[in-house]
Amino acid sequence: MALYTLKINGKNYKTDVAEDTPLLWVLRDHIGLTGTKYGCGIASCGACTVHIDGQAMRSCVMPVSTIAASKITTIEGLSEKGDHPLQKAWDEKDVSQCGYCQTGQIMTAAALLKTNPKPSDTDIDNALAGNICRCGTYHRIKEAVKLAAKK
Amino acid sequence: MHQLEVGVTFHLLKLNKMQHNRRDFIKYAATAGGGLLLGFNILTPKRFSSAVITADAEGALSFNAYLSINVDGTATIFSPNPESGQGIKTSFPMTVAEELDMDWKLVKVAQAPLDSKRFERQVAGGSGSTPHSWKRLREAGATARQMLMEAAAKRWQVPLSSLTTEKGKVLHKATNRQLTYGALATEAAQLTPPKNVTLKDRKDFKIIGTFVSGVDNQAITTGKAIYGLDFKREGMLIAMLQRPPAFGLKLKSFDGAAAKAMPGIVDVVSFSNKVAVVGKTTWEVKKAREAVKIEWEKDETLENTSDHNRIFKELMNSDKAEVRRKNGDTEGVFKTAAQVVEAEFQCPFLPHNAMEPMNFFADVQGDKAELIGPTQNPGSNRDQVAKLLNIPKENVSVEMTRMGGGFGRRLNSDFALEAAELSSLIKKPVKVMWTREDDMAGGIYRPACRYRFRMALDKNNAIIGYEQRGVGINAGDATRGGNNFPSGAIPNVLIDSVNHKSPITTGPWRAPITNFLAYAEQAFLDEVAEKMGKDPVQMRLDLLDNAKKNPTGDIKYDIDRFRKVIETVAEKANWGKKSKDIYQGFSVYFSHNSYVAQIADVVLEKKQPVLKKVYCAIDCGILVNKSGALNQAVGSIVDGLGHAMYGNMTFKDGVAEQNNFNTYRMIRINEVPEVEVHFVDNGIDPTGLGEPVLPPLGGAVANAFYKATGKRIRQQPFINEENTLLEKFL
Repeated sequence: MALYTLKINGKNYKTDVAEDTPLLWVLRDHIGLTGTKYGCGIASCGACTVHIDGQAMRSCVMPVSTIAASKITTIEGLSEKGDHPLQKAWDEKDVSQCGYCQTGQIMTAAALLKTNPKPSDTDIDNALAGNICRCGTYHRIKEAVKLAAKK
Repeated sequence: MHQLEVGVTFHLLKLNKMQHNRRDFIKYAATAGGGLLLGFNILTPKRFSSAVITADAEGALSFNAYLSINVDGTATIFSPNPESGQGIKTSFPMTVAEELDMDWKLVKVAQAPLDSKRFERQVAGGSGSTPHSWKRLREAGATARQMLMEAAAKRWQVPLSSLTTEKGKVLHKATNRQLTYGALATEAAQLTPPKNVTLKDRKDFKIIGTFVSGVDNQAITTGKAIYGLDFKREGMLIAMLQRPPAFGLKLKSFDGAAAKAMPGIVDVVSFSNKVAVVGKTTWEVKKAREAVKIEWEKDETLENTSDHNRIFKELMNSDKAEVRRKNGDTEGVFKTAAQVVEAEFQCPFLPHNAMEPMNFFADVQGDKAELIGPTQNPGSNRDQVAKLLNIPKENVSVEMTRMGGGFGRRLNSDFALEAAELSSLIKKPVKVMWTREDDMAGGIYRPACRYRFRMALDKNNAIIGYEQRGVGINAGDATRGGNNFPSGAIPNVLIDSVNHKSPITTGPWRAPITNFLAYAEQAFLDEVAEKMGKDPVQMRLDLLDNAKKNPTGDIKYDIDRFRKVIETVAEKANWGKKSKDIYQGFSVYFSHNSYVAQIADVVLEKKQPVLKKVYCAIDCGILVNKSGALNQAVGSIVDGLGHAMYGNMTFKDGVAEQNNFNTYRMIRINEVPEVEVHFVDNGIDPTGLGEPVLPPLGGAVANAFYKATGKRIRQQPFINEENTLLEKFL
């Protein structure tokens, strides 16, 4: 066990966990931020996507010991009032069915828009190809990303 | 935006934390600040009934849904059905609000707790949620509306007939007076609900049939929606179970000492052929589970996929088939036929792969059990847990969290039973979590099946006989009754099935049986049409004509609705009129009470076939929420396409050979074709949409692929070593 101070959504959190604990489980079990989801545990589905210093990363395979002073943003910290252009677009396009994968989809899309504010269809495909949606909402995900990019 | 909704859900969870029975919930809801609480029944075979619920809660338990008109002018609808992503948490209240004449923005929605005594259908499966509740939801809204009008009539001393309603208000236009429902709710609660109410004419609908965004959208996109894995209770432990690693093995012995000594681990126990590691946090439990030493021993046959292929061939020629439909004399006509068309089709097992792996919370104390989690079938969970623990059903409560997909997997009770058994053993509240590997490799699967179709044609190329044999691994009746089209349209029909019993567990998977049978049938009919020298669309229309003019035996489908979706999709996709470099494939299927026709467009790019577009025409009756309906339809097409192309679960010595998304391929965002959906509007009550769009998809795509390449696809997954033409198909 080791003591870590993590910078999550602009706040400092102290946590005492084994050093190989993936960030996903630190967020979910220890900090209580459950918007980041468990889907596969091997970085193959994207449900656990968070931002590490602005970059979309799979938290399920990221040992807490590797994070150091990096800034972590989870879905809970993407916007203050849940009104990030992507969150609004997700509602307007009514993207979700079961909704489980959508926080990961949004976090991946948010990282894309940061570096590429006007992504092409192919850019969106490439960025989001790592995020599985079993309900098959891909068409609306694409529409929502494009809508958010316009705003 | 329905931000209040989240508050209601949390509030219910909080309430349940303190006093978790339904009577307490009803008392609470009835006393929360006055107003009118109307209890009513949906999803039951009974006639609609309703009553005002008062704080003493007497009589309230005989209802399973509630409508609360709050003094602040809002309305809360407590809907009892599990939400699996099919959108009923939005469409149910839309239906009530329509008849209530409520402003949609003032409607809140909450999940009602399970009726532990008398609820009957509280299931998300079989595309039945909307069809089973539609009329009664409307009656509930109309009942409350009439009571609010009666309260206004009484207060103003005017005749009821002089009043109208609009957007949550009662109006007396003659005197220009109006009152909000909130201002009338407490007075309305003194009245007796009317026995009969008049429902709105369809042309007056203002909410039903519009595009409405999901009521949980805000909660979902901010990460606040509470799924089973997110649910937490003070003092709750986490458990992972080591189940037999192969179907056919059982537990011989285990040594949990090393695991138990690991940090955060509370206990290592065994029950029902499983070893459970119980601890404080997920990661600690997961690591400790790997440290348990377990010996397994053979209990049943350890089957291989190659065994199944052999078994299929044997069963195809078995003389012990169960006859599912028999009209006329197929043996005779096949002997005299001028031509016989024959083809076989096979599909593998499929895991459900709901994005949220299975999990359930249980707290068993003495003869009481509290269960919380994501389920499509809370009633079955309750009954089976009561039986397992040998306690009365009334002592088992089941609360539903939001669910990260179901697809039939959560119709089962295995995960709830595990949680209950473990909690009763360790006498502590515990949540059992499945890893993705547990979830994918631990069953329950869509059964593997094989079909043989034979069609007899006479010398004029007329169809005179049809035979279908379905064989499956734990599939039960692989022909699903054998009553579907083209049965009814052909004078001599024989449909039979043979089942192989296997240790590999199977169960319902979105559109059970038809999810593959439809593709097989529709691909076969395409082959028959070709042999007949007929256009595939015209061939279906001619068969339907036959069914109308010379019906044979029982006909389960509506010929006119069938015809209409065929004509609609043919028109929208420009069937037969497109340029020669667009290859089209057609498919149509009736399942789960709705009708769906599809056309796929394939082009050749550098000699490689590419799927460009899917057209779809659907008749599922009246649409409640157009947005939700369209989302279901497009999602089903994506789902059907992905599983037809890639879905494959194979077994080696009873072990599932794919156990995560690195070895089991799922369709991705860069692989979806353009999709165009048309709904046929016929004014018929809703008939269900969660499943019927998926089954025909594989047929349309395989038939288009054939047109483009001259190669027939007769198995799923489409992609395999032999079919390398599909590398760039999506």
